[in-house]
Amino acid sequence: MVTAHPGLPEFDYVKPASLAEASRFLAEHAGAARAFMGGTDIFVRLRDGAWQAQYLVDVKHLEGMQALSFDPAAGLTIGAAVNLNRINAAPSVREHYPVLAEAAGTVASYQLRTRATLAGNVCNASPAGDTLAACLVLAGQVSVHGLAGPRQVALKDFFRGPGKTALQPGDVVTALRFPLPPAGYAAKYLKLGRNTLGDLAIVGVAALGYREAAAAAGLRFRVGLASVAPTPLLLEPAALSAGPVDEAALTAAAEAVAAAAAPIDDVRGSAEYRRLMVRNLARQALTEVWRKIAA
Amino acid sequence: MSLHHITLTINGAVERATVPANLTLLQLLRETLALTGTKNGCAAGECGACTVLLALPGAERGEPVNSCMVLAVECDGAAVVTVEGLAHDHQLDPVQQALLEAGGVQCGFCTPGVLISARALLDRNPRPSEAEIREALVGNLCRCTGYLRIIAGIQAAAQLGAPAGPAA
Ligand SMILES: Cc1cc2nc3c(=O)[nH]c(=O)nc-3n(C[C@@H](O)[C@@H](O)[C@H](O)COP(=O)(O)OP(=O)(O)OC[C@H]3O[C@@H](n4cnc5c(N)ncnc54)[C@H](O)[C@@H]3O)c2cc1C
Ligand code: FES
Ligand code: FES
Repeated sequence: MVTAHPGLPEFDYVKPASLAEASRFLAEHAGAARAFMGGTDIFVRLRDGAWQAQYLVDVKHLEGMQALSFDPAAGLTIGAAVNLNRINAAPSVREHYPVLAEAAGTVASYQLRTRATLAGNVCNASPAGDTLAACLVLAGQVSVHGLAGPRQVALKDFFRGPGKTALQPGDVVTALRFPLPPAGYAAKYLKLGRNTLGDLAIVGVAALGYREAAAAAGLRFRVGLASVAPTPLLLEPAALSAGPVDEAALTAAAEAVAAAAAPIDDVRGSAEYRRLMVRNLARQALTEVWRKIAA
Repeated sequence: MSLHHITLTINGAVERATVPANLTLLQLLRETLALTGTKNGCAAGECGACTVLLALPGAERGEPVNSCMVLAVECDGAAVVTVEGLAHDHQLDPVQQALLEAGGVQCGFCTPGVLISARALLDRNPRPSEAEIREALVGNLCRCTGYLRIIAGIQAAAQLGAPAGPAA
């Protein structure tokens, strides 16, 4: 039960001087210490008692955490502490990865997005995370600093279950990286919430499409899904790469996407409703993308 | 629990405090500094009654945050503007004046947060469309007005232009 008392349970606030120190501290206090960005998930969970933490380890000030940079060869790097409003407003994101700007802009409210980060949304690994479907279709990579130093994890291998990720004790996410998207691609994020704005997704669907000579259809599509399975899902609908893309193929692809979803009943919607909405939103997003890249 | 010495500016005045790690910015404002204009509605980031402008060290301008979702210790070196800091020289901020005139205040509980969100919107976008105003206020719940008069007030404030004094 959430009470409106503004207090938080007791913990120590720790501000390590380097990534190495952060990793060491988090590993030494595994289970008791938590890396901390905007706190928009952490504070809610601490207040309602779902999580306990003896230490909150603030890593927002560490090297590279606040940087957002785009390189025409290497792509986009978003430091883990960059907040969602900055991502939504960044010219390089709007120009080259508009679907990411769109998805970031659908999270909660403006004032919450001043604090909430993309890295936090990813690390929290809620199946309903609004940015996850877009990050998946954009082939995102997670930069992690662990006890053994830095490494990269592909986002498609990152999610292991609700709230569960590939992170190990001592791991700190330092950035999210997105390769240059395929030339002439188009992408779309569609979110269905209880309200038009400001609510968690009942269903979220991201679609991305591009031309590829090697594909039988000359086109390739990826679909990312949120809120409809224990983890966000990344799919490549076979119906759209095997033969010519037309209305019938789009319908078949949308049916296949809905069949791949494993939604649950909850306060936001029934499993059956979610599956139908996945189909409809996937159809709509894929059609929109197809029209853009086929034009 | 760890204790931290912090120095920050609130509505232009320098404040020093020793804060426990778990003290939120909202508690610092209301309970330590008796700046009770900023309200506690939900303590969960939902209602926006606790919205203040926060400029962390190095930031060009303050951005709205839910002060119930920020630790006081994180605000060391920061500049905070609350509803008490909007008026200057006995003159209301245009957004305060316009909200009053439009009838956008009923019980008033949401008003401090609404004013801060509206000021921040007009600072980054002086001529917002109605859709942009609605988008900027998604995180400010109002149980009384039905929002229409709040939106009308912000539209009127946009016509009035920039406030008289510096907001920090
Ligand atoms: C009122 C409200 C409305 C919301 N609405 C939405 C919505 O519409 N859509 C949506 O998707 N989400 C929504 N959220 C959740 C969203 O705010 C968070 O998922 C946010 O993106 C998390 O980022 P953060 O920086 O606040 O993370 P934090 O709360 O700081 O951390 C989240 C988790 O990630 C871990 N973590 C954070 N940073 C790192 C790191 N660098 N390395 C390793 N682990 C790390 C933390 O330990 C924690 O487990 C809402 C939250 C609230 C309170
Ligand atoms: S008190 Fe409701 S958002 Fe902070
Ligand atoms: S005026 Fe009463 S909540 Fe808005």
